[in-house]
This record gives sequence, structure tokens and C-alpha cells, in this order.
Amino acid sequence: MTTPLWRTVFSIIRKDLRAELRSRELVSTMVLFALLSVLVFSFALELDRTARQEVVNGILWVTLVFASILGLNRSLATERELGGMDAMMISPIPRMAIYLGKMVGNFLFVLVVGLVLLPIMTILYNMVLIQIPLIATLILGVFGLASIGTLLAAMTAQTRSRETLLPIAMLPVIIPLLLVVIAAASTVLKGDDAWNWIAVLGLVDAIYAALGLLLFEYVIED
Amino acid sequence: MKSDVSAPPNGLRVMTIATIVLTAIGFVLAMFVARTDVDQGDVQRLFYFHMPSFFGAFVAFIATVVGGVNYLRTRQNRWDTLALAGVEVGLVLAFINLLTGSVWARPIWNTWWTWDARLTSAAIMCLTYAAYLMLRSGIENPEKRRVFASVYGIVSITTAVLTLVIIRIVPNTIHPAVIGPSPQNAEGAFEFSQNVALALGPNFIIWGFLIPITLMWWRIRLQNRADVVQLRKIEALAEG
Amino acid sequence: MTEQPRPLIEITDLVKQYDVLPVLRKLNLTVHRGEFVALLGPNGSGKSTLLRLLCALTRPTSGEIRIGGWSLPKEINAVRAQIGLVSHKPLFYENLTATENLTFFGRLYNIPATELPDRIRQMLDEVGLIKRAHDLARTFSRGMQQRLSIARALLHQPDVLLFDEPYTGLDQLAGGILDDLLRKAHQSGRTIIMTTHQLERAEALVSRAVIIKKGVIGYDEPINPANPPNLVKIYTEVTGMVNAL
Repeated sequence: MTTPLWRTVFSIIRKDLRAELRSRELVSTMVLFALLSVLVFSFALELDRTARQEVVNGILWVTLVFASILGLNRSLATERELGGMDAMMISPIPRMAIYLGKMVGNFLFVLVVGLVLLPIMTILYNMVLIQIPLIATLILGVFGLASIGTLLAAMTAQTRSRETLLPIAMLPVIIPLLLVVIAAASTVLKGDDAWNWIAVLGLVDAIYAALGLLLFEYVIED
Repeated sequence: MKSDVSAPPNGLRVMTIATIVLTAIGFVLAMFVARTDVDQGDVQRLFYFHMPSFFGAFVAFIATVVGGVNYLRTRQNRWDTLALAGVEVGLVLAFINLLTGSVWARPIWNTWWTWDARLTSAAIMCLTYAAYLMLRSGIENPEKRRVFASVYGIVSITTAVLTLVIIRIVPNTIHPAVIGPSPQNAEGAFEFSQNVALALGPNFIIWGFLIPITLMWWRIRLQNRADVVQLRKIEALAEG
Repeated sequence: MTEQPRPLIEITDLVKQYDVLPVLRKLNLTVHRGEFVALLGPNGSGKSTLLRLLCALTRPTSGEIRIGGWSLPKEINAVRAQIGLVSHKPLFYENLTATENLTFFGRLYNIPATELPDRIRQMLDEVGLIKRAHDLARTFSRGMQQRLSIARALLHQPDVLLFDEPYTGLDQLAGGILDDLLRKAHQSGRTIIMTTHQLERAEALVSRAVIIKKGVIGYDEPINPANPPNLVKIYTEVTGMVNAL
């Protein structure tokens, strides 16, 4: 009787992509915010050549984290506004599918922001950011953000003060991810071999995804 | 629901007295019995509370995970009460950890605070559990509040684990590791002698286990009694 | 004497407590196939909670619910597949067209891809939205949203239809259209449970009226459409309050 997991997951992803392609409200907000943030950072920090190299990853990831919070808030709020989440909840689908579907959607949207930022920061900071290991850290880092963020946003979307609560709940919890992802990216920029760090990053992702898969159903049920 | 007679149960009484007496003994061991460190002087004695209180916080946060997992499985309120007690007690111990570390760092590192990986992660850990308390107060529906708190309490343990392991994975921390090899940049390390072990051992048991367990027990008792009051209030309102 | 067929919905000793506050206290109710039940009662009597329990949106504190022989919460997805819910919330996505919304939900109910487009067209035709099939749901009026909701609830051909305050926010015209849709659904043999405050509307539509009072059934009688009882009067007697819309 239960609709197969993957069919459901793909349907949810397709639904989110279609709505996003039409309205572009998530990605365009996030990209605009991210660009502003990168510019504000470069004004505020008055960076010289060496300082830039040191902080470029920090700027990239702090920007991505805040942009993802904007997007996650929006993505889960949409499910609550007209009761889309309830409609999914009453259909015969595995609960896990809702998590996977929303998570992959959020992952793709934030990844787009990251992929837009890389070439722009390459130009602005005069540094080669488009390298395979760096893109690998981007993909894995954004995956971690989306996997724990979808879980937390599903919670905060149900509270009164959801816009303010998500950053408070999410920022401290993603510090381990942030630490590893910046260590990995900085190692890449120094020209060293970063695959050890990237492996640790994969481990952090696995922990977050496991937490999301195990705990999501409790968060959405009434 | 527990009975609400005012006398605490015997187990709690014994624990409380034992904790108070042993804390005093541990204090004497740390302050007077252990020999003064040759390099650092008396300020090194803070270490006997610094590290044990972190472990006490960790134990309390583990209790939060146990409470959270069991609440999600059984939906019995007492597990959520345990989780809440774990967070509050853990936060107090984590603050003691930060405070003693800060006072020690003033003469040894010549600063109250530095943005070192371990110090930062310890501070982040405190903020995570402060966020736990904010999340709780942001949700009105009590059932939802308990579920969300359980989930967040489980997720938060990642920051406590990070704080625990960070000096082993981040190469450039200045925080010493007393047991096992210190990072090469560590400043203020001292030898783990028999003398240090004499004062550390008892204080580790006291601050790491006795104090958190006793405090959590009292906190749970307090919560149970508050729940009884709440129940009476609702009953009175329903009748009135 | 013919043997009574097994009831479609059996609710036994159902209890739902929010924290310490009981909402349903050992409620018992059986509904047979083809009945149209109006669930009445003041706000806070537990009728919405009962609907949420029936579509497994929330779990009971104790007691049993069986629908079509499947029990909650063990065979939860088997139960879900047989239920369609129309709530006062639209339960769809405003940035998708009517057809896209229905396609999405059709997939969630595992309707074969070969059948789905035809079924969606037929559904939209039935609720009178076929001309707006490719318009965004957010451009719809409240009444049209309600009809799209009904199409969504009927799409997987459920045995049981649940309506939670469906008249909320509808004007006279939209209310009349909803009346017709409800009548049609009932005539096609569906079992319907509807909560509402519109006693006169219920009188003219339903085959049975149930009044919930403080978490238990306070009144439960069949209604003969040719000679309807005065529900307003009964409601006031049972609940001790005047029905406020």
C-alpha cells in the first residue's frame, strides 16, 4: 500500500524544482544575499593579498551558511503556509521520503548559490577557486548544511518565531561542519593534499544525514 | 507521578550528603594536599576542577541524549525532564569549566581568553545548549516542545563531542592535553605525575559524576513538583 | 434477518490527551459504508481532533481506530490510502498549477503514470476547474481553492472522505457549489464525515448527525432528509449553548 520510497522522493524533488523554476524566490533571494555579503565582507575587512588568501574560505562559508538559513526558512515555511506538509503527511508515503525530498531540494538550491559564488569570488579576490578538490568540499559542505538544516528548519517552521529561531538553533550545531570544511578548503588553497580533510567532511555529512533520517519523522508529526 | 510529600527520598539525601562531604575533601586535596607546581605555582590547582567539570558537563549532556532518545520512544514526560535537567546542570558545569580555564589562562597565557579552537568549541557548546533552552521557550504546545527539545538535545551532543576531540584533530591549538601527548603548540602543559593524579582522581569522580548526578536529581524533583502544581491548577480551573 | 456488514469505521474507547488536558474521553463511534455523518459540537469539543486522528495526522493516547478492516497506527499507510481530507487549509502548493498539484499528489498515492493524466482531467472537470487546469493555484479564489482541494482529496478514489469545516471562508455561491459536490460524492457511494457549524446546511445534506460534547458523543441519530429534525434546537439542548457560527 505504501508508495515506494524513491518514487516519492523524486516526486517531492520535482515538485520543489518546478515551483522554484517558476517563482525563483528561493535561489534569487539567496544569490542576491550572498553577493551582497561577499561585497560587504571585502569592504569591511580591507584585505591585502595575503590576508585575502587567509579569509576567502571563511567569507565563502559564512556567506553560504547565512544564505542557506534564508533558503531553508523559506523552503519549510512554504510547506506550512497552505498545508502542503499536512497533505504529504496524510498520503501513504514513508516519512523518510519527505526528509530526503526536501533535503535534496535544499541541497541543490544552496549548491547553485555556491556555484555562482565560486567564479565571482575568483574574479573579486583574484584567486583560483575553481579547482576539483575545492568543488568537492563545496558539494560535501553544502550537503552537510542541507541535511542538518532541513531537520532543524522543519522544527523551527512550526514555532511562532521561526525566522529568528532557525539561525539560533542552526549556527552552533553546524560549527563542527564549518570547522572541517574550512580546514579542507584552506588546505586546498595552500596547494596541499586535502583529501584527508575531505574524508573527515564526508564523515561529518554522514553523521548529520543519519541524525536527519532518524529524527525527522518525530519532528513533523503532531 | 511521584508522591509530593516534602521530604526528599533517602537515596537523594544520601547522595546529597556524600556529594557535599566529598566535594569538601576534593577541595582540600586540590588546594592543600597536592604539591604546588614548580612552573605554574598555585594557579595550576584550578586544573583539578577545570577538567573534571568539563567531564561533568559531558556526562550531563549524555543524560540529555538518553532522555531525548527515550522520550521519543516512550513519550513519557520523565525522560524529557531528565533531558532538561541534563542541559541545565551541564551548562552550569560548562561555565565553571570556562571560568576556571579563564582564570588559569590569565597568568599562564597572559590573557583571559583567546580564539583557540578548543576554547571556541567549548564556548560554542555552551551556546548550543543555551539555544536548546531558547527553543524550548519558543514552543507553546507542550507535546511539541518535548519532541523538539529531545531532537535538539540529541543533535547538540555533536558539539560536545567536538569539544572533547578537537585538540586531537586541530594541529595548532595552544590548549594542553594533560593525559596523553599535548599538541606541539600547547602552552602551559605540566607533567601528569602521581602527585597530580592524587588530587585529580577524586575530583574527577566528584565533579564528573557525583555533582552532576546529584544536581540533576534535585532538578528532576523540582520539575516533578512543578508539574504537580501545574496539574492541580488545570484541575482547579476545570472544576471552577 | 440479514447479517449486518462490518462497519467501515470503528472507533473504540478513543482517548486523546494534549499533555494533561483530555480532548477525547473514551469516544465510541461506528460508521457504515455510504453514510454521510455531520460531526457537530462547539469549538474545543474535540471534533477536529477526531478528524485528525482518523487521517493519522496525530496519534491517539489510547483506544482503537479501524478503517476498512485496517487498524491505526499499525497499518497506517493502508488506512491513509483510503482516506481523502478536505480541511479549511487548502493543502496544496500555490506556486504550482492545478494540474501540477494534482500530478504531484497522484504520484504520492502511487496512481499509475498511464492513468494519472486522464484521472486528473476527469477530476478537474467534476469540480468545474477544467478551464483553469493550467493556472497557478495562487490565482484561484477561495471557492476555487476549495474545489481544487476536493479534487485532490478525491483523486485516489478513497472510500472515506473527511471534511473539516469546509464552509469556512466560502461565500453563498461557493457554498452552494460545495453543497452540490458533497451531494454528488455521497450519491456515488462514498462515506463522508464532515465537521461544521452550519446546522441548516447539515440538516439538508447528511444522513446522520453526531454531536460531540466534551470529548464524548452527546447525540447520535439518523436524519431523514424528507423530514429533518430541528438540529438547531437539538444542538442547543445537547450542548447547552447556542450555536455560534
